[in-house]
Amino acid sequence: MLYRENGQFKTSYRADLAMFPVAQDRWAMLVLALVAFVVVPGVGSDYLFRAVLIPFLVLSLAALGLNVLVGYCGQISLGTGAFMAVGAYAAFNLQARIEGLPLPLVLLGGGLAATACGVLFGLPSLRIRGLYLAVATLAAQFFIDWFTNRVRWVTNDSSSGSVSVGALQLFGISLDAPVQRYLLCLSLVVLFAVLTRNLVRGAIGREWMAMRDMDVAAAVIGIRPVHAKLTAFAVSSFIVGVAGALWGFVHLGAWEPAAFGIDKSFQLLFMIIIGGLGSIAGAFFGAAFIVLLPLLLNHVPHWLGLPLSTATASHLEHMIFGALIVFFLIVEPHGLARLWSTARQKLRLWPFPH
Amino acid sequence: MAFFLETLIGGLMTGMLYALVALGFVLIFKASGVFNFAQGAMVLFAALAMARFSEWFPIWFGFDNLWLANGLALVASMACMVAVAWLVERWALRGLVNQPAITLLMATLGISYFLDGAGQLLFGSAAYKIDVGLPKDPMFVLEGTFPGGLLLNKEDLVSAVIAAMLVGVLTLFFQKTRTGRALRAVADDHQAAQSVGIALSRIWVIVWSVGGLVALVAGIIWGSKLGVQFSISLVALKAFPVVILGGLTSVPGAIVGGLIIGVGEKLSEIYLGPAIGGGIENWFAYVLALALLLVRPQGLFGDKIIDRV
Repeated sequence: MLYRENGQFKTSYRADLAMFPVAQDRWAMLVLALVAFVVVPGVGSDYLFRAVLIPFLVLSLAALGLNVLVGYCGQISLGTGAFMAVGAYAAFNLQARIEGLPLPLVLLGGGLAATACGVLFGLPSLRIRGLYLAVATLAAQFFIDWFTNRVRWVTNDSSSGSVSVGALQLFGISLDAPVQRYLLCLSLVVLFAVLTRNLVRGAIGREWMAMRDMDVAAAVIGIRPVHAKLTAFAVSSFIVGVAGALWGFVHLGAWEPAAFGIDKSFQLLFMIIIGGLGSIAGAFFGAAFIVLLPLLLNHVPHWLGLPLSTATASHLEHMIFGALIVFFLIVEPHGLARLWSTARQKLRLWPFPH
Repeated sequence: MAFFLETLIGGLMTGMLYALVALGFVLIFKASGVFNFAQGAMVLFAALAMARFSEWFPIWFGFDNLWLANGLALVASMACMVAVAWLVERWALRGLVNQPAITLLMATLGISYFLDGAGQLLFGSAAYKIDVGLPKDPMFVLEGTFPGGLLLNKEDLVSAVIAAMLVGVLTLFFQKTRTGRALRAVADDHQAAQSVGIALSRIWVIVWSVGGLVALVAGIIWGSKLGVQFSISLVALKAFPVVILGGLTSVPGAIVGGLIIGVGEKLSEIYLGPAIGGGIENWFAYVLALALLLVRPQGLFGDKIIDRV
């Protein structure tokens, strides 16, 4: 009853192509946006923003970027952490070396640097693919890890190899309070989600998906593999680079190269597997899951009165992640996003199953 | 000259050990088309089991004999690896038959996380040592030819011999036994093999067991050399470029790839490292493999991939 489309007729092409064709969806999204932009900043505590919401938003953004590459274009990448690092370090250098560069340009610069890097490491994808490409992206990961560790210029000659970001300012307002940082991340995430959603349902998105489903056949019907793959790499690493810059600037504030290690790459891959490959909502579900699970594992034993050492908790976390990944791949290869869409299908017919 | 030769030999020895881990990949890939990301986790798991069992058994059963402890621990660790193989087949692979290779790769990533967590939860996460009596002292050879002779590590030499023997045994197993033939048949064509009565699930358990045993050997050798701790699972990250370089489906390729990368890494670190900042061991192997892939996408000895629409 709640989710009935009866009587909602589309009378124009415009309505047919709308992003949310069902009125209830539109309302739900509006309410969600209202809650996120108005209610949450009013009631949330600093801890909530710092430890949960900001990491969740930034990781969703990174997962969104990775999903473009892996979920939509089918090019598996194990080097996401590296592209985040490129974004973060490029943004850091821009801020440190150019006095008074506005924050949006700094983030944009981080994204563009990551794009260049992504396209460069995406070039092998024209010749090699699948498992072999996974190893090529690992090359990016290790090379950039080494690069940010060893090349002094990257860290502005800091002695310890760690860098820290100065005060953040946006249009003259300083972004010190977690709420403001949360709002900045939220706006960017919404912007990128809408852009990506429109990209993937446009011509270029269909090229990516054709490439993913069967690249040889796609080439036969006239899709240029070079163009499709490289644009996927470019768009994906741009988003990932901006996410990396946000992760460094807004979430961490100061970081060392280990912040963007191979673990981060795996973590992001897990997010899109659990959340849903090839879906925008999947990136958010996956990020929420991966951010919340460690918190739950830390808190639940306390509530139950079972003291769990940090080491045990982290081993358990590994085991649960591992088991869940296998579980999702077997039972629901399209992840949480598919569960959500199944639920929506059922709600359409509820309370009558047929 | 002597220094160069020492580096070269050191590289060859390390390369042999890389080849050993890479062998585990190739075996599993050949027989099931799964790129086993969990090989590193299996090496860690096996090494942890070996280290801890050889420590626990003397306490549990109250005896004091290094050989007996190691022997029992070896048997117990082998049993563990077979159990892991069985569980992987039962709970992961069986549900993923006929899925694309990328899905299987991601599943092995999950398995690798699970094994990392489980191994450290069961056996503890500190640093342990394995002592199977490999000789530790260095030795000098060819003292007549070079002043001071060449410094050789006996431990490396023994482990290289063990690795070579393992390769020999595996080759015989694949070529001469009935099971080996079945494994090759499955590798060639799953469906055809199934239709002539080869049980896929049995083959997978066998293949993963063999992969687990190779991981155990690699784990014991690496563990007695470097100690057993989490970082040992990172050795596997070195083995990826090795298999890529050699070609995913070729056992000799794994060996040759291992040797090339072992030698290349050592030489580049010594002769190229000072010029560009050192520590290039971490990515040299990958960049080398990547460069080769651009020229020969199937690796040195791999099967050529032919696309059909």
